[in-house]
Amino acid sequence: MKPAPDVEKVRFDVRRGVVDRSSAELEINPFDLHALEAAVRIKESVGGIVTVISMAPSHAEPALRDALARGADRAILLSDRRFAGSDTLATSYTLASAIKKLGEFDLIICGEKSVDGDTGQVGPEVAEFLGIPHVSYVTEIKEVSNGFVTVASDFGVAYYLVRAELPALLSVTKEVNVPRKPKFKDLMKARKAEIEVWSADDLKDVLDLNRLGLEGSATRVVKAYYALEKGREGIKVKGDEGIRKIIDLLSSSGVI
Amino acid sequence: MSGEGVLVYAEYIEGMLHPVTYELIGKGRELISKLGGSVKAVIIGSGASGRAEELIHYGADEVYVYECSEGVALNTLLHKELLVSLIHEIKPKLVLYGATPWGRSLAPRVAAALRTGLTADCLDVYVTDDGSIVQVRPAFTGNIIAHIKTVTTPVMTTVRYKVFKPPKKAPSRNGKVIIREVPADGDIHHKEIEVLGKVREKEVNIADADVIVAGGKGLKRREDLKLLEELAELLGGVLAVSRPLVDAGWASKDRQVGFSGNVVKPRVYIACGISGSPQHLAGMKDSKVIIAVNIDPSASIAKYSDLFVVGDLYEVVPKLIEEIKRVRGKP
Ligand SMILES: Cc1cc2nc3c(=O)[nH]c(=O)nc-3n(C[C@H](O)[C@H](O)[C@H](O)COP(=O)(O)OP(=O)(O)OC[C@H]3O[C@@H](n4cnc5c(N)ncnc54)[C@H](O)[C@@H]3O)c2cc1C
Ligand SMILES: Cc1cc2nc3c(=O)[nH]c(=O)nc-3n(C[C@H](O)[C@H](O)[C@H](O)COP(=O)(O)OP(=O)(O)OC[C@H]3O[C@@H](n4cnc5c(N)ncnc54)[C@H](O)[C@@H]3O)c2cc1C
Repeated sequence: MKPAPDVEKVRFDVRRGVVDRSSAELEINPFDLHALEAAVRIKESVGGIVTVISMAPSHAEPALRDALARGADRAILLSDRRFAGSDTLATSYTLASAIKKLGEFDLIICGEKSVDGDTGQVGPEVAEFLGIPHVSYVTEIKEVSNGFVTVASDFGVAYYLVRAELPALLSVTKEVNVPRKPKFKDLMKARKAEIEVWSADDLKDVLDLNRLGLEGSATRVVKAYYALEKGREGIKVKGDEGIRKIIDLLSSSGVI
Repeated sequence: MSGEGVLVYAEYIEGMLHPVTYELIGKGRELISKLGGSVKAVIIGSGASGRAEELIHYGADEVYVYECSEGVALNTLLHKELLVSLIHEIKPKLVLYGATPWGRSLAPRVAAALRTGLTADCLDVYVTDDGSIVQVRPAFTGNIIAHIKTVTTPVMTTVRYKVFKPPKKAPSRNGKVIIREVPADGDIHHKEIEVLGKVREKEVNIADADVIVAGGKGLKRREDLKLLEELAELLGGVLAVSRPLVDAGWASKDRQVGFSGNVVKPRVYIACGISGSPQHLAGMKDSKVIIAVNIDPSASIAKYSDLFVVGDLYEVVPKLIEEIKRVRGKP
């Protein structure tokens, strides 16, 4: 689960190519609410425990509390300056290492993508580092039983039914469920719950410290700028003139 | 491993070669003038060998073909394994994939296996004067454009459909086809994953549409989508919607435009009763011509439209339909 800023509030430091941390609080990446809900539903039907893992700065703690209020049993925050500057390769490596440290698991569920970095790459990369199968763009979880998970997945032109042997990783889309709202009493309880914080040193036995953060990353943002600043020279019209202008534009673009 | 040339992953699903493949080959040809080397393509699947010549006609110099049985043709682990070994063997400088659901699921696995960088959903790839590759991509829900360099090899990129022009097909072009054996079924650990069958086709593939008429929360009732559908049909286009209509169950996700839906780039996009949220814009702002019909002159979609008609869609759209019919009816 990635703690991410609200993209409508956040400011971007275009000169340095990084987010202006002070501009927005971190909340659960909206797609990950669907991942968490999927996990909680599986727990409710077949049992088990739901652990949430996030790699983020320490001010992401409230997002993890939110996850506990929404039904997670345990929350682990991977936080260390040495994780800073991670691209998807380093992020996935760090997350996969932490999952190894946690021990046995059956299923990893993540969101389709984040609203900020927006690559959708972390899920499949984590799966590769752990040597387990993955299914992306999952729109429905049909069954979890007998060591397999069966899902519907968007392959582009069509949806396919895919069965993966557990342990496996799924990246889910918003279609997979409608996340429930946390109850007030659970929110209160989560305020007092413990968030475990792991540093790079806590993962020393399971990872190579040279593969973390910026140093362990393969991509570099060399330049960034606001995209929406360059809009179009729109003309505004009303009424019948509007109809005429639409007709003109449709014919000049060869549609009618 | 410094690498040479460009490798294009041809997306081939159940007999369909995704058109982004041609665009990637065309871009590959353009890039090798600066990068050196040749354009190679790889195609994996049942019946793949029948498509190799076509890839050459579009500009590939060499095509690696992995013909396999239908049972494993859509196995991501198999595709990954074949790509990893091919990349080790031919050492390309750059590997291009389509930023389609399939490509965006497969490419990161290959990248992690090779421990190399992958840039997502690119809008451009260029080579600087000093010969380094720069990848241009949107992030932050389309609010930011980032230029990204990869410090490992090969450089790997998923590229958005319809951003590069497809090259002209030249049936006289020659190239080399290299047929490779796929290890027998179940040989490697592909049983970890199995595609059991198709659930359903997409209701419509709006990413391919030439004309889109999209409706948003400005619509009062589900039935009113018929009005927009009539306009779409009249223009040879398809109906699309903003996310709230999908969430309300008025339309399927297949028709949703935007960050959590589909990215489209039609010749004409007509947005009716859509305000122009960043998440919606992320899916359509690169359309060639954008027309918006909105009752509120201050709606933010105005800034991204070539033509903004201030008015009630319930008045504008029926009049427009009538007018189009009238114009067409003229001898
Ligand atoms: C402008 C910009 C562009 C970038 N472009 C690239 C690029 O092209 N390639 C690249 O490799 N990196 C890129 N990065 C870096 C990338 O954003 C970070 O590596 C980020 O930590 C993870 O990637 P993501 O946000 O794309 O996650 P995604 O891969 O989109 O996230 C998918 C899912 O993985 C899980 N997940 C992701 N991150 C975490 C986390 N930190 N903790 C727990 N779970 C998580 C969540 O479930 C999430 O829904 C870019 C960064 C910026 C600022
Ligand atoms: C993570 C995330 C992902 C998202 N993904 C998407 C996505 O993929 N696609 C998407 O669309 N949204 C997405 N959204 C939702 C997005 O934030 C907006 O809520 C949504 O786009 C608004 O849809 P709308 O423009 O139809 O509705 P509104 O913003 O309510 O706009 C309705 C417009 O209709 C106009 N109107 C009203 N009556 C009339 C009339 N009679 N005639 C003409 N105009 C009229 C109004 O002036 C207004 O501008 C996402 C949000 C999040 C948080």
